[in-house]
Amino acid sequence: MNGLRKRRGYTAAAAAGAGLVLVLTACSGSDDDGGSGDGASSTTDCTAYEDYGDLSGKTISVYTSIVDPESQQQIDSYAPFEECTGAKIEYEGSREFEAQLPVRLQAGNPPDIAYIPQPGFLKSIVEQYPDVVVPAPQAVIDNANEYYTEGWVNYGTVDGTLYATPLGANVKSFVWYSPTAFEENGYEIPTTWDDLIALTDQIREDHPDVQPWCAGIESGDATGWPATDWLEDVVLRTAGADVYDQWVNHEIPFNDPQILEALGTVGSILKDSERVNGGWGDVTSIATTPWNEAAQPIPDGACFLHRAANFYQANWDESLKVAEDGDVYAFYLPGKTEDDKPLLGGGEFVTAFADRPEVQAFQAYLSSPEWANKKAEVTGQGWLSANNGLDPALLQSPIDKLSFDLLTDDSYTFRFDGSDQMPGAVGADAFWKQMTAWIAENQSDEETLDNIEAAWPQ
Amino acid sequence: MTVIPPTNLVDETEADTRAARPARKMSRAEKRAMAVKGKLSSPWASGIAIVIAVLWTVPTFGLFVTSFRPRAEIRSSGWWTLPWNPELTLENYQEALFGSSTSLATYFLNSLVITLPAVLIPISLALLAAYAFAWIDFRGRNLLFVGVFALQVVPIQVTLVPLLSQYVSWGLAGSFWVVWLSHSIFALPLAIYLLHNFMKDIPPSLVEAARVDGAGHVKIFFQVLLPLLTPAIASFAIFQFLWVWNDLLVALVFAGGTPDVAPLTVRVAELAGTRGSQWHLLSAGAFIAMIVPLIVFLALQRYFVRGLLGGAVKG
Repeated sequence: MNGLRKRRGYTAAAAAGAGLVLVLTACSGSDDDGGSGDGASSTTDCTAYEDYGDLSGKTISVYTSIVDPESQQQIDSYAPFEECTGAKIEYEGSREFEAQLPVRLQAGNPPDIAYIPQPGFLKSIVEQYPDVVVPAPQAVIDNANEYYTEGWVNYGTVDGTLYATPLGANVKSFVWYSPTAFEENGYEIPTTWDDLIALTDQIREDHPDVQPWCAGIESGDATGWPATDWLEDVVLRTAGADVYDQWVNHEIPFNDPQILEALGTVGSILKDSERVNGGWGDVTSIATTPWNEAAQPIPDGACFLHRAANFYQANWDESLKVAEDGDVYAFYLPGKTEDDKPLLGGGEFVTAFADRPEVQAFQAYLSSPEWANKKAEVTGQGWLSANNGLDPALLQSPIDKLSFDLLTDDSYTFRFDGSDQMPGAVGADAFWKQMTAWIAENQSDEETLDNIEAAWPQ
Repeated sequence: MTVIPPTNLVDETEADTRAARPARKMSRAEKRAMAVKGKLSSPWASGIAIVIAVLWTVPTFGLFVTSFRPRAEIRSSGWWTLPWNPELTLENYQEALFGSSTSLATYFLNSLVITLPAVLIPISLALLAAYAFAWIDFRGRNLLFVGVFALQVVPIQVTLVPLLSQYVSWGLAGSFWVVWLSHSIFALPLAIYLLHNFMKDIPPSLVEAARVDGAGHVKIFFQVLLPLLTPAIASFAIFQFLWVWNDLLVALVFAGGTPDVAPLTVRVAELAGTRGSQWHLLSAGAFIAMIVPLIVFLALQRYFVRGLLGGAVKG
């Protein structure tokens, strides 16, 4: 794999490499040699793909939770691999991914590669189907260690073995706001948690009819997940990353006093009818407001702040400009102090269920910067990766750029979404439901955490 | 419910005179028919029927209106606000039909390719089986029939994983074959039971007469029974067609979601996008998927009602 990387440096210049390009592109019959024609993607440089070998006639099936319209960008990003190696990628996306993958594994019908969005799910699959999941080959391990931080590599590791490498990433510690509204009112972006609360009170004072925050946690059968992100974000801020890790791994009980304190802090915003739910109603309306609608009052001025991940940008109306000088944008949800910068995020992990050479080659490709850059190139907005080989200039939306900057900035402490790491009975069930009850039924902080603790599998 | 609709809605004296006059000339049965008709067509009953019909149609109507509203309107207000912002667009349909990488026509075709054999196979098999159960006397017939009947109790969910592993070991998974096969398996118990009941209803003298005239089983089946069974076959065909066309579970589990085999339902289920940001397309998608079953149902509706009643109420 070392050779691969070295060669990457002087790609276009190398005559031998160029010759290879001609041969391979001619084979795939997609483009003429001299044609500089339509766009950069048409003349693919295949030198970086040499180590994958000739995979003509081979097919790799990929099963994911990513569906149209985002799936098209995925498929497009495989083009150079297909062109240079001759392999064919059979892509299948389904919103029923999490229910269907175990069925397929159990029935002996696994895909070659699956993108698993939760480390907790990956862990349970490795435990339940140890013979089906294939550990990452050496080339993939090398890529993972070189292009990803240790934290990210660890999320794909189960019991010391690397199974999966990160694919896409998202950043959840964001507060969406309207730059124009902030400018009109002379509000500053807060840099500490106290500033944020002060800003909240200031907005309330200036606009007595408006609740500063808007929130929504309705998401079909996953209702409640945005509230779990709230709690995780605040635990990182009030208790710190170490306590967060212990909490996620159940080294301290779920209802530990420090978590209780964090939930109280969340409640000081989400359960205060002076502060929520701008544009929607009272506190209980949070439970019934769809998460992907919740921030819609912001451009109308009926709400000023909405905590949501970078991928919320897909929900804005096309007429709104998502930029620092635009109609809507997001700022980093501040930590306790200016130097305390925890960052909550998530991502998908490439897991293989076959060890054929073409599958391993594709897995290596997906963990390489070549893929990350190609993906950024073909994606309009709403995608980024934690791959440090990704060229930020290729990211096309300001919020994606900002997310990538935060992800690769060492002063930020990254932590993966906790509910995605917890066992399914908690992370995808009790946690969601109890947080919903906490809001919809005004269940007490203690009872909420006690109930989740009771649901933790022994 | 606190209000109990009065059973006798017509003024008593008036009803008496009304019933009394024709009663002189009518037979008892006719009188009873009149009384039933009077009860069923009372203004209250009609009123309730209309209210129920409206209540049932409102959501469909709302969905229909929604499917023509622009994205921003769908997201910010309900369909009933249409009179105040009468902005309509075909964009949702445009996007749902042609917005994805694979045209919706592909999925339409897949749905047809899945549905037609999945309707024809069980009907053909069930007709033969029903004939045997109804008109051929063999040992253990009743026991076997009870066995087939009992199979209807098995929920299809418990069969998914075992069936899929079987298909995988046969090397069939992910093709149309497994969908046809599975739908046939799931449909057969009910199909055999329904068609058997129809066949039993045909007077034995008819079959005996044919037999006396020298007809064998094949001739009796094709020339005596089949023409009489048309409404029954049609009604079951509609039933099975609607079930297969609207099925998501079986197709998703056995065939998977690749564009070369996935039916329309799989596509509609994914229309909302990875994180649900495209959900405003769902109403348009629902109506597109609804067109074919609607046509089939309206075209064959009279068979449907007749066939179902024929099986249920004898006489």
